[in-house]
Amino acid sequence: MFRSKTSTRLNGLLGVGLTLGTADALAAWTLNLSPGVTPISRAVFDLHTLLMWVCVVIAIGVFGVMFWSIFHHRKSRGAVPAKFTHSTIVEVVWTTIPFLILVGTAIPATKAIILMEETGEAADMTIKVTGYQWKWKYEYLDEDISFFSNLAATSRDVRNGGDPRGVKNYLLEVDNELVVPVNKRIRFLITADDVLHSWWIPAFGMKRDAIPGFMNEMWASIDTPGTYRGQCAELCGKDHGYMPIVVVAKSEVEYRQWVAGKQGAARAEQAAAGKTWNKAELLARGEQVYNTSCAACHQANGAGLPGVFPAITGSAVAIGPQDAHLDIVMNGKKGTAMQAFAAQLSDTDIAAVVSYQRNALGNSVGDSVQPSDVKAKRR
Amino acid sequence: MNTASNHDAHGPKSGIMRWITTTNHKDIGNMYLIVALAMFFVGGAMAMVIRAELFQPGLQLVNPHFFNQMTTLHALIMVFGAVMPAFVGFANWQVPLMIGAPDMALPRLNNWSFWLLPFAAVMLVSTLFMEGGAPAAGWTMYPPLVQQTGDAFPFLIFTVHLLGMSSILGAINIIVTIVNMRAPGMTLLKMPMFVWTWLITAFLLIAVMPVFAGAVTMLLTDQYFGTSFFNTAGGGDPVLFQHLFWFFGHPEVYIMILPSFGVISQVIPTFARKPLFGYASMVYATAAIAFLSFIVWAHHMFTVGMPISGQLYFMYATVLIAVPTGVKVFNWLATMWRGSMTFETPMLFALGVVVMFTFGGFTGVMMGTAPTDVQYHDSYFIVAHFHYTLVSGAVFSVFCGAYYWLPKWTGYMYDEKLGKLHFWLTAISFNVLFFPQHFLGLAGMPRRIPDYALQFADWNMVSSIGGFAFGLAQLIFLWVVIKAVRGGEPASDEVWEGADGLEWTLSSPPPYHSFNEAPKVS
Repeated sequence: MFRSKTSTRLNGLLGVGLTLGTADALAAWTLNLSPGVTPISRAVFDLHTLLMWVCVVIAIGVFGVMFWSIFHHRKSRGAVPAKFTHSTIVEVVWTTIPFLILVGTAIPATKAIILMEETGEAADMTIKVTGYQWKWKYEYLDEDISFFSNLAATSRDVRNGGDPRGVKNYLLEVDNELVVPVNKRIRFLITADDVLHSWWIPAFGMKRDAIPGFMNEMWASIDTPGTYRGQCAELCGKDHGYMPIVVVAKSEVEYRQWVAGKQGAARAEQAAAGKTWNKAELLARGEQVYNTSCAACHQANGAGLPGVFPAITGSAVAIGPQDAHLDIVMNGKKGTAMQAFAAQLSDTDIAAVVSYQRNALGNSVGDSVQPSDVKAKRR
Repeated sequence: MNTASNHDAHGPKSGIMRWITTTNHKDIGNMYLIVALAMFFVGGAMAMVIRAELFQPGLQLVNPHFFNQMTTLHALIMVFGAVMPAFVGFANWQVPLMIGAPDMALPRLNNWSFWLLPFAAVMLVSTLFMEGGAPAAGWTMYPPLVQQTGDAFPFLIFTVHLLGMSSILGAINIIVTIVNMRAPGMTLLKMPMFVWTWLITAFLLIAVMPVFAGAVTMLLTDQYFGTSFFNTAGGGDPVLFQHLFWFFGHPEVYIMILPSFGVISQVIPTFARKPLFGYASMVYATAAIAFLSFIVWAHHMFTVGMPISGQLYFMYATVLIAVPTGVKVFNWLATMWRGSMTFETPMLFALGVVVMFTFGGFTGVMMGTAPTDVQYHDSYFIVAHFHYTLVSGAVFSVFCGAYYWLPKWTGYMYDEKLGKLHFWLTAISFNVLFFPQHFLGLAGMPRRIPDYALQFADWNMVSSIGGFAFGLAQLIFLWVVIKAVRGGEPASDEVWEGADGLEWTLSSPPPYHSFNEAPKVS
């Protein structure tokens, strides 16, 4: 989205020296939509340009007349007020002309809507996108690949108090990118698990709300390889600003390599769940999982936010019986923001993070949980 | 107590009881305006927090949860606590004066509808101090997110109920007054435009406030009584709330903008020294806008996943609003055309509305067009759009009306130099504040985020600087009002050279019971 072929020119034009020079940060002082990289985004960009110029022309006409009148028909220039109060002809004209202009712009707008909604056409592949507080889950329905995409650690580490200026793609970088092939018709199925979200990549010219219990559709066919960034667009709570979307469009060959790598990694993960983990391994892995999946609410130090999100440190659950602790992590708590992580994390991750919560963050229960314990609890 | 003659015939009671028990339209109008001004500064202070946090990337001042509380309360307070009460205050003062009535038709109801308001406002602000903080799900209160609100949740719902009651009772009073208490000879099509716009606005209020109250009550029962109106797991539909909310919410924006059209339609003829052009078409255009406002609500929801036919219908109906709105703008232009204009502060604000509201109308057409809206939706582009319509449309009109009528209400002229300074600082800082937000939205910055990617930093800093200047400029207004209330050059009855209407036949300030004998209108 944030491509900036024009940015250097605009910087010169505006004569302002505050811009950010790096090739990725880009587009400071950006003024306009990007034309994007899909048929939809180009249609939308053209329509946007048309509407803008129609508005500019009307504005020049209307405000021109107004300022001419303000300048000439003022008392200080000796203007004497006229007596007219209405004119049927004029009123009919200025009702009809705007109507005709609107009909004129409605025609390309209708075509663009029809283009956007061509979701029924045969898609080359389908990706299901699920919004969570505050991350995205991507499932490649044809490839048996599924993973979560969280805000990258580089952004997360500075978000509370650090200086973001040195961070590459601050708030627009994720740990697992959505990788897709170029020039394929991709169907996105969009839904949510908890509250409303909205999946938006400006360069694709589309956003669709992610609604729990409902499946929305959109499509894209990306014609230029590259990395495209976007953000959740529908307010979804505290960390609404911290769930970016990154799509990497690759050639078909590179995409197939990526798919093979991803599937291999999934098999390795399954194998890891079968072994017995020692406590140090569990805690090391648990810390990572805690920081991506728990710290947004319960805070990195486990203190929580009083009245909103409970603390982990000293919590009755985290230092109480292991079974109840696993239960709340895996099944969530109804009526609160606490999600059911059984559906989101692997056996190993759950075992690690529960072990971590019981033996770190100021807690020292002493026990640990194995992936096999988690597996046994899954029904 | 002796009977009928004891109706405060010779003036108000003294002390605090005057204000608590008053049934006088001017006292109540004053109280509405004072509450509106106070809430304008409370909501404005929240906007300052928002702009201060967004001054540069990174989190400096507040945490994201508090930031969301600020955006939510800022909107609720400005809409329900500042703009709407300000226009109700105008209606209380001006409707009886303009139609030649002694007071409002239902004075006790008037007292009650006012006194609901400060309690609702205090309740809303008090949620900031509750466990879990104030509501943080946006003023649109979309479920399921709003159901993650802490202890503030029921208070949010009851605030809406109280505000809704207040608005409905006020609206009933305005309709009854206008229908029954016009001076002999004042037919409907001789009423001043301000009265017309309020008559139509009052019908909008009565039609949509109950829908809003119903929708939030459904949220309440979903939360506490096990219903599943909006809960998918129980067979409900979260999008249903959006339909209900915007069935209220879209007319609501016209509830804020129609009275402002009314104010402008009084002020421009006065300072152009020429009657309003196309009075009848103004009335019909107002009615047309009000009617259309009921049937376009889903243009706030183009991204929820609607069938093509739904998107097309709501797009066509929405952009159609540009036609009657255009008629209004053209009529104001034609009123100015070959007039004899002077540019006192009310006229400056009126011209500010015509220019900047029209600009908001342009972006409105761009967003009413469904395919482009998909890009603009929930980005800073829409934040810019609705502030152009609601600040430079509604709030500027409130300033316009306040400057226009202050001399009539207080009996003293306000300080013209300070007034003009207020206008120019406000108008310039407003554009520095909101114009760059169009660019931010087009560059891809979502709304309602406390921190942003680095490429948005420059325009955000410009916008914040404009925001601080805008905030400071409003202190001038406060000072002008205080100064005018305390004294100054006495105002004549007519006040403005080109003023026309019954209110200008009374003394400045007018007697406690405006018209004891109905004036004749020819």
